Amino acid sequence: MTSNKFLMGNEAIALSAIASGVQFATGYPGTPSTEVMETLIKNAKKYGYYVEWATNEKVALETAIGASFSGTDTIVTMKQVGLNVASDPLMSLTYLGVKGALVLLVTDDPGPHSSQTEQDTRSFGLFSNVPVIDPSDSKEAYKMTKYAFELSKKYETPVILRTTTRVSHRCDDVLVDDLNKIPFKTSGFSKDSRWAIFPRLTAERHPVLEALQNTLSEEFSNSNFNFIQGTGKIGIITSGASYHYVVESISNNKHDFSILKIGTPYPFPEKKVFEFINSVDCILIVEELDPYLEDQTLKLIGKLGINKPVYGKYNKYFPCCGEYNVKLVLDGINKVLESLNYEKIKFSNVIDTQNVNVPLPVRPPTLCAGCMHRTVFYGFKKVSKEFEKKGIQTIFSGDIGCYTLGNAPPIELIDTCICMGAGISVASGISKTSKNSKNVAFIGDSTFFHSGIPAVISAVYNKSDITIAVLDNRTTAMTGHQPHPGTGKTAGFEDTKLIEIEGILKSCGLDFVKSVSTENLDECINVSRESIEYNGPSAVVFRGNCVSLVKSKLKCRVDTEKCTGCKICFEELGCPAIVMDRDIPNITSNCIACGLCVAVCPFNAIINEGNCYEL
Amino acid sequence: MSFNVLICGVGGQGIVLASRLVAVTAMNEGYTVNTAETIGMSQREGSVVSHVRFGNEIKGSLIPEGFVDVIVGFEPSEVLRNIKYLKKGGKIIMNSKGIFPVSKSNNYKPEKIIEYIIENFNGTICMDFTKFAEELGNSKSLNVIMLGALFYADFIPISFEKFLETVKNEIPEKYLSLNISAAKKGAEEISKFLEGKYE
Repeated sequence: MTSNKFLMGNEAIALSAIASGVQFATGYPGTPSTEVMETLIKNAKKYGYYVEWATNEKVALETAIGASFSGTDTIVTMKQVGLNVASDPLMSLTYLGVKGALVLLVTDDPGPHSSQTEQDTRSFGLFSNVPVIDPSDSKEAYKMTKYAFELSKKYETPVILRTTTRVSHRCDDVLVDDLNKIPFKTSGFSKDSRWAIFPRLTAERHPVLEALQNTLSEEFSNSNFNFIQGTGKIGIITSGASYHYVVESISNNKHDFSILKIGTPYPFPEKKVFEFINSVDCILIVEELDPYLEDQTLKLIGKLGINKPVYGKYNKYFPCCGEYNVKLVLDGINKVLESLNYEKIKFSNVIDTQNVNVPLPVRPPTLCAGCMHRTVFYGFKKVSKEFEKKGIQTIFSGDIGCYTLGNAPPIELIDTCICMGAGISVASGISKTSKNSKNVAFIGDSTFFHSGIPAVISAVYNKSDITIAVLDNRTTAMTGHQPHPGTGKTAGFEDTKLIEIEGILKSCGLDFVKSVSTENLDECINVSRESIEYNGPSAVVFRGNCVSLVKSKLKCRVDTEKCTGCKICFEELGCPAIVMDRDIPNITSNCIACGLCVAVCPFNAIINEGNCYEL
Repeated sequence: MSFNVLICGVGGQGIVLASRLVAVTAMNEGYTVNTAETIGMSQREGSVVSHVRFGNEIKGSLIPEGFVDVIVGFEPSEVLRNIKYLKKGGKIIMNSKGIFPVSKSNNYKPEKIIEYIIENFNGTICMDFTKFAEELGNSKSLNVIMLGALFYADFIPISFEKFLETVKNEIPEKYLSLNISAAKKGAEEISKFLEGKYE
């Protein structure tokens, strides 16, 4: 039986994994991948499979490999930058192969909307010899996830299921199977030399791996996921979200075009592409991110000695960077039509917005009203000004999480940001090479467990004079409040051992380890100063609650009699709950009474109606 | 048949739920539906846009510029920010209550923007929907009030009754009566407006 459900791409993938009989799921949260695991976690008990959050993507993949070696069907989820962390085990795994299915869901982020890079996981498939499946909407995501599990089992290879933001986070009506509870089944691990990678085994497996790429290319050439639409002489090769943009762009001039939609970009379905190229006069390649299909097509054309023009990113018909949309794709297609002396495609219903010159307010991303990070940043900023007066520069190395927003005005406190866990190591590097500076590294609680700990050990071992500020808001806030080892809860919010951050810091060899509640600004400032002044590596755990998880009935308010309109609360804190009502600040209903504005007001003009947190 | 709705506003106004309610109503009518949320990095108070598309075929999740049939705007400046998506002759249903961003150099004047939109776009209905939500005693009901108005005003080719059915099926029991009142409140106020009882 099947039924229609309105599903996000990520939900479709999760339900399809359940329908495929997944037994083990793990991952690390990262936008836009997170809802796959969230949906799996929500349904785990009902359908009888195991789920867990890992401390990072490398750990997730390695744990899944263990489960797969025991004959269990598994899924691992992460975002594109997460695959960089997991690349080490992936490169070896592809040589060994798997026993139970292992599907690796990796989400790319053209734009990017919430990522450090615009990297393309299809290229990672090519690099690592792992087949890549690339759906274009939730309906395809559902069908292709099933296929990914089948493929992984049939060829004993890991399979990358790759999506982009517009596939992960779009919602469609999807025809889904009725799901049944499957008793947890595993064949268990049986010892075999094939699970231990050694040079001799590598040498033996490499030719097998290469041969598999040819087999898969053949299979993909016959797959319905790579299909041709239309009979026009202008050929378009496309994939993923771009496929829909192409179809919409040419909807009024369909007869001129034919489309090859690629759903399995790696190994490249050469036979299918060859058949398509032969049927058209020229080839346009429309794809987001890397010129991956273009590279593969150009290679094929060169290999076969075909003489047909290819229009893509290399000859600048389509951009290499940023997210695509119908307008952008249409512009590119029109540029090609122009050089072919065809008439351009026009949409007539566009209104002229050239003359709209009413100024619009800018809405930069900002820390939430009452966010504990604001208190910490404000405190460090105060202290850094003190040091500045003494001629000492304070350098702040940031990290990835909502506290990266400490970079935004008016806080403007983050000087470096690379990737998760890097704040501590970067600060160490700067401390060794920058004279007369104090170095502070910010890291979140989840990130601390993700990849902060090795950096702490290295900093202590190498005698770096840095201050590590752990911003512990008791959750993985940026991605939707997932638990982590510091919360004492598992993925399914069952109680587990709480791993104490202070204890880890101490056992990493730090002698200066303090914790402070962010409810007390003065204390935060004092501890910040003390930790920076400390000679050698120091750490402070700043502890508070993520405001999204805390409900407060109380608000702060401005005593208009006392307020002088100095604007310190408005201009220095950047709190979204404080707005200027002519010359006097007004505190809006999203205030949670964190009390920071009360603490910074020099005229005692802000009153906290109480400071009571309810969890 | 193809119909495109763009719902826009500021983080925290309930835009994602609103787009889900429109989409599910269309799905229950037998249409192929898809939506896209454009939320960027803004945690709260940032610009939020949701694209809802329904009709007879699957399309890209982003509505192309010049293809929106109706904009449902929870905040005036966000309507203007997305105005390029509106097609010629497209309609707008807009909340008049402005939300001010956190910024030192803040010269945002919602009334100027409202004036510009009403002058330049004929099919615009602008009302203080925030006030209606406050009258209901819950500012969070703004989204369903606006949708109630949208469906009741026939700005969308699906009846108000079908929308009410979706509310009954999709909203958890705990919040159901509030949301039914909200949908009806939207319908009631827009009918007064259409009868010329408002200025």
